[in-house]
Amino acid sequence: MNRIEKRFRTLRSRGEKALILYLTAGDPNLQRTEALIPVLEEAGADILEIGVPFSDPTADGPVIQEAAQRSLRAGTNLAAILDMIARLRRASDLPIVLFTYYNPVFAYGNERFARQAAAAGVDGLLVVDLPPEEAAELRQFTHPRGLDLIALVAPTTDDRRLAGIVRGAAGFIYYISVTGVTGTKTPKVAEALPDLQRIRRRTDLPVAVGFGISTPAQVRSFAAHADGVIIGSALVKWLAVHGEERDLFARAALFVREIKAATIPRSEGGDEKGQAPTAGE
Amino acid sequence: MRRELPDKQGHFGAFGGRYVAETLMPALIELEDAYRRAARDPAFRRDFRHCLHDYAGRETPLYFAANITRRLGGARIYLKREDLNHTGAHKINNTLGQALLARRMGKKRIIAETGAGQHGVATATVAALFGMECQIFMGEEDIRRQASNVFRMEMLGARVTPVASGTATLKDAMNEAMRHWAARIRDTFYVIGTTAGPHPYPRMVRDFQSVIGREARRQILKKEGRLPDYLVACVGGGSNAMGLFHPFRKDGDTAMIGVEAGGKGIPTGLHAASISAGAVGVLHGNKTYLLQDGHGQVRDAHSISAGLDYPGVGPEHSHFHATGRARYLSVTDAEALAAFRFLTTCEGIMPAMESAHAVAHAMKLAPTLGRDQIVIVCLSGRGDKDMDIVAAQKEEKR
Repeated sequence: MNRIEKRFRTLRSRGEKALILYLTAGDPNLQRTEALIPVLEEAGADILEIGVPFSDPTADGPVIQEAAQRSLRAGTNLAAILDMIARLRRASDLPIVLFTYYNPVFAYGNERFARQAAAAGVDGLLVVDLPPEEAAELRQFTHPRGLDLIALVAPTTDDRRLAGIVRGAAGFIYYISVTGVTGTKTPKVAEALPDLQRIRRRTDLPVAVGFGISTPAQVRSFAAHADGVIIGSALVKWLAVHGEERDLFARAALFVREIKAATIPRSEGGDEKGQAPTAGE
Repeated sequence: MRRELPDKQGHFGAFGGRYVAETLMPALIELEDAYRRAARDPAFRRDFRHCLHDYAGRETPLYFAANITRRLGGARIYLKREDLNHTGAHKINNTLGQALLARRMGKKRIIAETGAGQHGVATATVAALFGMECQIFMGEEDIRRQASNVFRMEMLGARVTPVASGTATLKDAMNEAMRHWAARIRDTFYVIGTTAGPHPYPRMVRDFQSVIGREARRQILKKEGRLPDYLVACVGGGSNAMGLFHPFRKDGDTAMIGVEAGGKGIPTGLHAASISAGAVGVLHGNKTYLLQDGHGQVRDAHSISAGLDYPGVGPEHSHFHATGRARYLSVTDAEALAAFRFLTTCEGIMPAMESAHAVAHAMKLAPTLGRDQIVIVCLSGRGDKDMDIVAAQKEEKR
């Protein structure tokens, strides 16, 4: 059992949902990212998505585009990101997913990448522009090393595609809650619900929801119907706004704690009641 | 006999394919199905032919350029006059095809990316023709450089949306068009302007542009009674080149030469020669040769010709390069400019700066060939749009 699976299992037994945080590695530099990650973990991040900056991020809205530009200006590259993960891994069991476009991986070399990512302690990969139809060329190297290729499902995905997607999926299913790019539209639970049910009927993998979720209230409403909620642009934007403040880490911890609280059902009161595995139905 | 490419997933050998986020995949599959059905439908083919003939003004002449042939003292040079099309370039062949398909699919909105504005103008033109809403994405930098084309698009009723992200040029305009398409996928048709992008675009654009090569092949057989020895065309994304090359692909005795933009020279790094000086990668939904750094970050292209100023190239060209079916080389800004002047003064034909790249190579090639050999150069567009650039270069020289 890898760290992703284990984390979802633990959360389920506690009646909680996963808080999945995204941040762009190297925004504004890798030292900051490396110092920040333990703070986010301590504050309640259950899974971390580490974004690899790319010059042409066609699936991202302005917030993450700008973060990628800042990161690239600071000279961030994939090798340095993997080194950072390897250092963090010595002190942490936080499940880590690399969120990337395909070209930086392809340029690195698929086999070399898979080998070094696994060695660094990466648990999963989300290659946003690598649909199942093209994924075999990477999966042949990641699968034997236990790296999960996380699958994306969109509101536009029909049942036939969905069947193919879940067949090759591992780790969790990432449901894109809006038709569009990251962080630009506000998703509605009522609109996502039929899709979440559609996915559940086809797979036992945990389902996480992301793209545009930004407030604790939204987190709470989606957490009631999914196994995890992904906060990306909202965190990246928060960090961009508050990045220069002296008590950044303390304030970031507060920001994350507030969101994490929204993944825990209110009836549990945050106490260790422990059961209630029915939450989410 | 070899199977026709691309394969079912849009691969041309090791290139092409469909590398996009899941949100776009269903739309691409829908488009592929619709295109496959349309391509087999006699009514669609008739409509397309009719538009090319009566609206775009085809067929375009295959002109024997006697003056430059004499001056160069070698092979006989023919110019395929795509510059005589409505809107002044080959771009209209493709936008007519895609707009007809959009109409057939019931889409009322079309969007496009543009660099110099030629594809934007050709798209805005067909949107006006078919009464469709039209939005064009254009880099802020290009908007500044190509103000008159922005005005043309707006006159045609299109909304021009400036793109400030990244380097604010063609590749960023294409990024933004893809983002916008993802957000409006249900009612919007994305008209890609070249033989790049995710499957089925490289194939579809090639098919629409193949009218260039089909005509040229028929015309040269009529005029010379035989096939040409060389085809020469400029390659940015590569749609005019693929349009000319593809119908000749099985004619083994006809060599094909794609001319990339060498900018200020390959060693300076300021160029747009993706095949000559790039590496294989994935951008804008397909695997192909790209200008990129060692970390897979896409680099800026540079060319005097805005239409060639693109860091990628159509995947079928990458395939032709890999198999040796076509040869790719580059000419510099200065050589293209000299070719512009040469053709203008010798033949009274002002080529687009893009097409001047093809002419520049023909000027090197023809004198090395015998007088009985034949070269067809694709004159993909006319040069009126480039007056400011030519004038600015003159200024610089003074």
